[in-house]
Amino acid sequence: MSALLSVRDLSIGFGSGPSVVRDVSFDVEPGQTLALVGESGSGKTISCRAALRILPRTAQIRSGTIVLNDSKGTANLTELSERQMRGIRGNRVSMIFQEPMRSLSPLHKIGNQVSEVLWLHRGASEAEARKQVLNQFDRVGFPDPARAYDSYPFELSGGMRQRAMIAMAMVSKPELLIADEPTTALDVTTQAQVLGLIKELQRETGMALILVTHDLGVVANMAEQVVVMHKGRVMEAGPAEPILNKPAHPYTQQLFDAAPQIPDREAVGLPMPDEDLILQMTGVSKTYTMRSSKGWKADKLIHACRGVDMKLARGKTLAIVGESGSGKTTAARIALGAELPDLGGEVLFRTTGESEPITVHNMTRAERTAFQRKAQMVFQDPYSSLSPRMRIQDAMTEPLEIHRLGTTAEQRDKAAEMLQRVGLNSDMLKRYPHAFSGGQRQRLSIARAMMLDPALIVCDEPTSALDVSVQEQILTLLENLQDGLNLSYLFISHDLAVVARIADEVAVMRRGLVVEQAPPETLFYNPRHPYTKALIAAQPEPDINRPIDLKLVALGAGSPDSWDDAFRFSDTVIPSLVELEPGHKVRCHV
Amino acid sequence: MVMLRYAVYRFFTMLLTLLVVSVLIFVIINLPPGDYLSNQIAELQASGQSAGVAKAEFLRKEYSLDRSLPEQYLIWMGFWSGPHGFEGLLQGNYGWSFEFDRPVSEIVGDTLWLTVVVNLAAILFVYAVALPLGVMAAAKSRTWIDYTSAFVGYLGLATPNFLLALILFYYGHRYFNLPIGGLMDPSFEGQPMSWEKLKSILVHLIVPTFVIGTSGASAMMQRLRANMLDELGKPYVETAIAKGMAPSRMLTKYPLRVAFNPFVADIGNLLPSMVSGSVLVSVVLGLQTIGPTLLTALKTQDQFLSAFILMFVALLTLIGTMISDILLVMLDPRIRYEGREA
Repeated sequence: MSALLSVRDLSIGFGSGPSVVRDVSFDVEPGQTLALVGESGSGKTISCRAALRILPRTAQIRSGTIVLNDSKGTANLTELSERQMRGIRGNRVSMIFQEPMRSLSPLHKIGNQVSEVLWLHRGASEAEARKQVLNQFDRVGFPDPARAYDSYPFELSGGMRQRAMIAMAMVSKPELLIADEPTTALDVTTQAQVLGLIKELQRETGMALILVTHDLGVVANMAEQVVVMHKGRVMEAGPAEPILNKPAHPYTQQLFDAAPQIPDREAVGLPMPDEDLILQMTGVSKTYTMRSSKGWKADKLIHACRGVDMKLARGKTLAIVGESGSGKTTAARIALGAELPDLGGEVLFRTTGESEPITVHNMTRAERTAFQRKAQMVFQDPYSSLSPRMRIQDAMTEPLEIHRLGTTAEQRDKAAEMLQRVGLNSDMLKRYPHAFSGGQRQRLSIARAMMLDPALIVCDEPTSALDVSVQEQILTLLENLQDGLNLSYLFISHDLAVVARIADEVAVMRRGLVVEQAPPETLFYNPRHPYTKALIAAQPEPDINRPIDLKLVALGAGSPDSWDDAFRFSDTVIPSLVELEPGHKVRCHV
Repeated sequence: MVMLRYAVYRFFTMLLTLLVVSVLIFVIINLPPGDYLSNQIAELQASGQSAGVAKAEFLRKEYSLDRSLPEQYLIWMGFWSGPHGFEGLLQGNYGWSFEFDRPVSEIVGDTLWLTVVVNLAAILFVYAVALPLGVMAAAKSRTWIDYTSAFVGYLGLATPNFLLALILFYYGHRYFNLPIGGLMDPSFEGQPMSWEKLKSILVHLIVPTFVIGTSGASAMMQRLRANMLDELGKPYVETAIAKGMAPSRMLTKYPLRVAFNPFVADIGNLLPSMVSGSVLVSVVLGLQTIGPTLLTALKTQDQFLSAFILMFVALLTLIGTMISDILLVMLDPRIRYEGREA
C-alpha cells in the first residue's frame, strides 16, 4: 500500500436517515491531484471532510476506513480519538474552503491566524512563526508580506484572502491539501491565478491535493485522477485524461453536455440591429461619493459606471460581462430606473415598436406604471429572492394585485399558466418556497417576473448559484421564452461561457468602462482588448489539452496601467470606444 | 493614537448628551402642575397656618421657584446667577430637599456610592455567570448541559426578585450565617471607611448581588448562547477546527470574540435598568441605595432631589455607554478602521 490517503467503502449518514455517501472508495497518490467532481448534493464535500472528520454534528461515519500513510507514519483517521485528530488537522493534512471572504476571522490579524498553525503544531515562538509565515506569504504572492501580516481580512480582496488561506494551509508543510471549491467564489481571472498558484506550490513541495469542484474546466486544468460523484455514489473514477476525453458513464457525459463552452470556431456575428430599440442608454455614468471618515480629507469619488452607451433591440439579448466591481450591476440598475444616473446620462425605453420612447429617469406617473409593468427583473440568489412566508400563489399574484389587474380568479389562472410555462406544475401554487430546489426556485422567479407580460427582463446572474445541469435547463427556458414571447433580455453575468450561448451582443466592462463590445462570435474569435483576452484565457475549459494560459491572464487582468500603450487608461485619460469593424467596438487609442 | 482621539471625541459628545439630558429631566419634572412648595402653601392656607406659609414663601424666593422655567433651569445648573450668585450643579450645590428639609447632598451622601457599588457588583456577577454558561450552552447545545442551564436560567428570569431575596435571606442566614438586610452592619453607619467596615459591606453584598443579577444573567446567557450558535456555523470556525485547535481555545479565541460585541455594548444599558429595577429589592432588602429615595422624591414632587438623582443615573448610563463604545473600538478592528483606505 503506497497511497497517501486511501478511502475504502466510506458511508456517511445524518441522524437515522439513509446514507448520503455510500461505499465511496478512492486513493490519493503522493504528489498527485485527485478531483472530486459532482453537483450539489453529490456528497463530494462530505466525503472529503470526513478525512479530517470536520462534519456537521449530526453526521456520522457509518462504515469504511480512511487511512493516511505519510512520512510521519500510518494513521487510521476513522479510528483516531478527537485529540489525536487535532494533531493531524492543519499539520499533516490541511484544508481550504470555498468562501475566502468568510473563512477568516474578521477580528484577528491575518498574520496571527496563519502563525497560529505553527504555534499549535510546531510550538514555534512568535518570532520564529512570523519569519516562516512571511516567507510563506512571499511564496503565495503577497506583494508586501509584512504589511499583509498586520492586515485584517476585510482589508484584502477575495483573491488575496484565498492566498492567505493557502498560506495558512501550506505553512506547516502538509503532504496532503484538501481544497473544497477553493475558487468558486472568485472572479474568473482571480480563479485562474489562484489555481496556477496551487499548482506551482504543488510542484515545489510535492504535496498531494484533493480538489473538490463542480467545474469540469477546473478539473481538466488541475487533476491527474478524477472521481465523479452523484447522489453519494462514485459514478466513475480513474485517470483524468480518458475520463475527460471519453467519459464512460452517462452521468459524466451529461455533465459535459451541460457545461457551457466558449465556441472556438470562426464566425462573424451580426451586429445588434439598429431599429426597434427597446432600451437605449446614452452617456450613462454613475459616481458615488465615499464620505471620508476624517474631516480633513477630501471625499473620494467612485466611478461605478462611466459613459456607458448601449442599445438593446426588441427580442434580442444584450449581455454585460465583468468581474465584481466592474459596474455591470450598476448599469443594469440604472436601466431599470432603480438608480439615478449622473447628469447627462439618458435611458430611453419603448414599450412597443411604434410607441413614443419613455425617458426612464424622468417619467410621469402613468409612464412609470407602464414602465414597471413592462420591465422586470430576475435575481441571482433564488434562495433569498422569494419570501419564505408567502405561498407561491401569493408571491406570484402580488404584482397583479399591486397593478390592480384582473379578478382573484383571473390572477390565479394566470399564475397557474405561468407555472406551466416555466415547466412547473400548477398544483404547486399552494406550496411555500422551501419545498422547491434551487433550480425550481429560479423557475419560480422567472415565472413571477413574467406575470405582468413584460417586454424587457433584466437577469442579474440568474444561473450563477445553480449547478451546471440546472443552469443548462434555465438557459434553455430563457431561450424558449424569448422565442415564444419576443422578450428582450439585459443579461448580467461574470461567466463568458454562459454569455456565449445566450447573448446577441456582449459588452465587457472593467472599472466602470465598457472596454470591448461585439457580438459573441466576433468577441470570442477575435478579441482585441487585453482584458477580454484575459477573461477568455482564464475560462477553464473541460479539455485537458487546453490549459489556462496564465501569461495571457496576467497580461490583461492586472490594473489598466499595465496594459499595452494602446489600451492604457487612467482616471484622467480615457481612450474612447472605437468601432474597429461593424459592430465591434474596442476602447483604445487609435 | 486613533484610540486616544476617539476617546476624547467620545468624552465631549458625552458632555453634550448630558446637557441635553439635563434639559429633558428638568422639563419632565416640571411638567406636572405646581411644585412642592406651592402645593404646601395651598395646604397650609387651607388649614390657616400662616407662619408656615411665610416660610414656604421664603423658600420659594430662596430657590428661585418664582422665576420663569428657563431661568430656573439655568440657575439650577449653575449657568445663571441666582439669589446667592452662581450656585448650581456645576458649582457642586445639589439643591434643597423640601420633603426631608435637608440639603440634597446630605440625603444622597453615602447612598450614591453604595448604589454604584451594588450595581457594579451585580453587573460583574451578570458577566461572570452569563459568559461561561452561555458559551457552554452553545458549545454543548441540545445536550443536558444546555437544557439544564436553560431551565435554571428561565427559573431565574421567572422568579420575582423580592421573593428570591426573602428566600435567600432565610436560607443564607440559616446555613451560612449571612446577615439580613442593609449594606453594612448598623454599627458602621456613618463611620469612616475601615478594613472592618469594608468586610462588613462585602458580606452584606452577597445576597443583593445575587438577587439583582440573576434575571440579567439568565437573559444575557440565553442571548449569548443564541449569538454563539450563529457564529459556530460560520466558515471561520471550520477553518479554526481544520487548523487543529482544541475546542476550548478555539471557542474563546474566535466565535466568542465576535459574539461578544453586543454584550460589551450592553454595559451602558444595564446600569439604568438595574437602578430602577432594584427599587423594590432595595426596599425589601433594606439597602441604602438611591432607588427608594428616588421613588419618594418623585411621588412628592421634591424637584431638586429627584432631578439630582435622575441626573446621577443619566451620568452613570452615559459613562457606561462611553466605556462600552471605547471597548468596542478596541475589540473590533472593523469599527476602528471604518473608512480607512484598504
